[in-house]
Amino acid sequence: MAYPYTHEKEVRVLSRGWGDPRTRTLEGWKALGGYQALGKAFEMGREKVIEEVKASGLRGRGGAGFPTGVKWSFMPKEKKGPHYLLCNADESEPGTFKDREHLRWSPHQLIEGCLIGAYAIQAEHVYIYCRGEFFEATQVMARAVEEAYEAGYVGEDILGTGHRIDITVFAGAGAYICGEETALMNSLEGRRGLPRVKPPFPAAVGAFGKPTTINNVETLSAVPHIVEHGGEWYRQWGTEKSPGTKLFCVSGHVRRPGNYELPLGFPMKELIYDVCGGLREGRSLKAVIPGGSSVPIMSAEEAEACSLDYEGVVECGSMLGCASVIVMDDSTNIVKQVRRMVDFYAHESCGQCTPCREGTQWLSRILVRIENGRGREDDLDTLLELGDQMTGTTICVLSDSAAAPVASSIEKFRDDYLALIRRGEKVGAA
Amino acid sequence: MADSKATQETVTLTIDGQEVTVPKGTTILQAAESMGTRVPHYCYHPGLTAPAQCRLCLVEVQGAPKLQASCVTAAQDGQVVLTESEQATEMRQGVLEFYLANHPLDCPICDQSGECKLQDYVHAEGRKHGRSREPKRVFGRDDFGGDILFYGDRCVMCTRCVRFMEEKAQDPRLTVVERGNRSIIDTFFEDGVEGSPYAGNIVDICPVGALVSKDFLHKARAWDLDHTPSICPNCSQGCNIDLHVRDNRVQRIKPRANLSVNEYWMCDYGRHRYEWMNREDRLEAPAYKVGGEYVITDWSSVLDELAERLDDPRPALAVASPFASTEELGALRRLVDHLGGGRIVYRMPRADEEIPLPGFSDLARRRDLAPNGKGAEILGMERVGDDEGRGGLEDFSGHTGTLIVLGDELADLDQGFGEQASLYMYLGAHPSPAARQADFLLPRCTFAEQEGTFINHQGRVQRFWPGIQATGAAQPAWIALAALQLRLEGGGRGISTAAEAFLQVAEVAPELQGLSYQTIGTRGALVNEPVALPGS
Repeated sequence: MAYPYTHEKEVRVLSRGWGDPRTRTLEGWKALGGYQALGKAFEMGREKVIEEVKASGLRGRGGAGFPTGVKWSFMPKEKKGPHYLLCNADESEPGTFKDREHLRWSPHQLIEGCLIGAYAIQAEHVYIYCRGEFFEATQVMARAVEEAYEAGYVGEDILGTGHRIDITVFAGAGAYICGEETALMNSLEGRRGLPRVKPPFPAAVGAFGKPTTINNVETLSAVPHIVEHGGEWYRQWGTEKSPGTKLFCVSGHVRRPGNYELPLGFPMKELIYDVCGGLREGRSLKAVIPGGSSVPIMSAEEAEACSLDYEGVVECGSMLGCASVIVMDDSTNIVKQVRRMVDFYAHESCGQCTPCREGTQWLSRILVRIENGRGREDDLDTLLELGDQMTGTTICVLSDSAAAPVASSIEKFRDDYLALIRRGEKVGAA
Repeated sequence: MADSKATQETVTLTIDGQEVTVPKGTTILQAAESMGTRVPHYCYHPGLTAPAQCRLCLVEVQGAPKLQASCVTAAQDGQVVLTESEQATEMRQGVLEFYLANHPLDCPICDQSGECKLQDYVHAEGRKHGRSREPKRVFGRDDFGGDILFYGDRCVMCTRCVRFMEEKAQDPRLTVVERGNRSIIDTFFEDGVEGSPYAGNIVDICPVGALVSKDFLHKARAWDLDHTPSICPNCSQGCNIDLHVRDNRVQRIKPRANLSVNEYWMCDYGRHRYEWMNREDRLEAPAYKVGGEYVITDWSSVLDELAERLDDPRPALAVASPFASTEELGALRRLVDHLGGGRIVYRMPRADEEIPLPGFSDLARRRDLAPNGKGAEILGMERVGDDEGRGGLEDFSGHTGTLIVLGDELADLDQGFGEQASLYMYLGAHPSPAARQADFLLPRCTFAEQEGTFINHQGRVQRFWPGIQATGAAQPAWIALAALQLRLEGGGRGISTAAEAFLQVAEVAPELQGLSYQTIGTRGALVNEPVALPGS
């Protein structure tokens, strides 16, 4: 029992060794069995690696949940120029703090995953794009890459196989939008971090105009284990459609918030009340955001009935996203929470598309007014309609993400809004 | 050209129930425009790349899960596009509402009012009532240097200006700073776009009143301006322009699209040289000298008098101006030929270097700083003088026969010019040194006051139309010269239009044969055979 909190129900595959500073070093990581999968991958050949990852059913851990093996197979088979693998470590979704821990505690696991991924898609260069604010994590990561270079795992002639794969750790400049894959590419190229219009998709025209695959930190970290033990082994956890383990970042009103690695399909109720030690004394559950701030908010009933896999959360009216569970008890002012989230999106909108640039700010201003008791009932209709106008009309989905919590909170917690609005009316009349 | 078109692959799609066939690779927006359907847009401009960020051109494409940005979506065979479906119009209305959330609505004091795309689109499709009760964000005004002022609050963030400076001027002096709702166009350094020779175009392409011209600031309302198609007279490039006129004065010049000449652009050098068209010190009535004194008279009398006195048997000499229209130059050529076929020379200022627009290689401010040097050359006139447009008339000043000066003000010559000529006739627009010794003064229209053609450096004959009315009795020189020639020849075919004057020129210039005002149209036509500059 070391890493801030752990629990017996956890299945610590990716997070094994977290909390132990020795795992950050090459030596410590090898003692845990690291870098076994890399050699195996080279023996298997790239087709077989992709097949194995497909067989494991591993789905992208960045939020969209797209099958990783399928994504890799989109890359051109015949190589005409450089290919790139990008590792998205620009973790900035409010409520999410799993990738940072990967960078801090198991950097070599990620390096191994990056190398296998790069080998599979015939990339000779991997960029690990770290969130600008991750000073410590970026340093740990950079040091680990240096060590791996020295030991011959990265660079020319890896393990004597003749393959060359380079890894560059790149620090962003502090923009949420650079976690969007094409904005990340622009940022990496030295441009403004603006999402690109798709098509063309990254597998055809990506970073520096070349075929590119971009994967989340957690996704790539799972790859060495799958290669080492096989896809079937990985399927021992999780559900048919959502196999494997997943890190859940739990924050909010629970006694033991933190990162917990659990099999997908784990019941939310158990996560909150058992793994995380339940709510504070005398409090009851009010709402849960299951997958980071950009997914719809869940009521207590929905949350308690929910099973934490990609399909299960959708059934309960939300999305698993990156599995960042924000728990709110009955002391929570929902309007304030939603306003804070919308403020975040207004601040982080890149400003390209009009509905997002103007809409996020407008939503925020209306919510501020309601919060301050100067709201009107028809403001709720305006909020919903503006949300509609912001959904599906922009280049990326930041706009949709800002609208989602507003719409779902008005639907599920309308009374919270009305209470603030009516109190305002009373104050006005007095 | 015709062959490549015939073999070009095409796609056929249906837009708003109407079938249209376009070359493969055409976007839905362009396909719609080709059949006259305007899809509202800001960030798309035909001369620039499309970032698809204004989200105003969203249309419904049947089968697509959501609305598609028509400016970047390629037209495909069998596609069914609805630009006016309920979903599309509703979304457009929504996007327009977002534009207005922070737009200041200062139309009464905005120069763009009346030609503003935000006004147009909102009037056409916007909500009747705004729902925003929130305070608007305020950026204020910024001097971008040169002729450009920036009103940040009016900006719709289409980034056309940023892309023009990057892609066309290739002088990236503008950028977007900050992000989200705080994003704003800004310059990198204090001097902004100062000195960037094509920066004026960003005012033209700004769809709203965010970028305005200091020169035009609060000068006229857009709806009071008459637009007359014309040709920029400031160099031999021959950029297609519109004269914007109010109260019989040219208020500004705007480029007019011509993909073969200037695409959508023009240089600031040309754009800012229009005030001379509004000069009020003019030669207003024909006059001739009797015993050292000028007699002011009418056209008919002056031409009768002139016809009588043009009796010198020696070949006449003439000085022409490359600022005169092809019709005027041609009429002069015909007259001089009639009077013995002497030399005609012209002088043209020449700049040290060209100023190209890197992003459109056909366009440059050319070295020859006059619009019709090519026309003079085609008509067998000889270029003399230096790069300042001075000197070279040594043989002329002491000429004792007939001397004709058309347009050239002879600003560099001493008082004695033309003193010894048996008859010295000057056709000009303004009082000038050339008029001092003239026996006959014939008031002439500037190019802005008459119809005619210029021939640009490529040999493209381009028409221009009169935007303002001439002062007094001034006329295009070709009218006076043709009428004079009728008198000299004792009859013949009279002409009354510039089109007829052009046909008469074509009779003496083989390069122009087969061309007429109809074939030239508004886009211009190349002369039949490219001619080499003498001595080049």
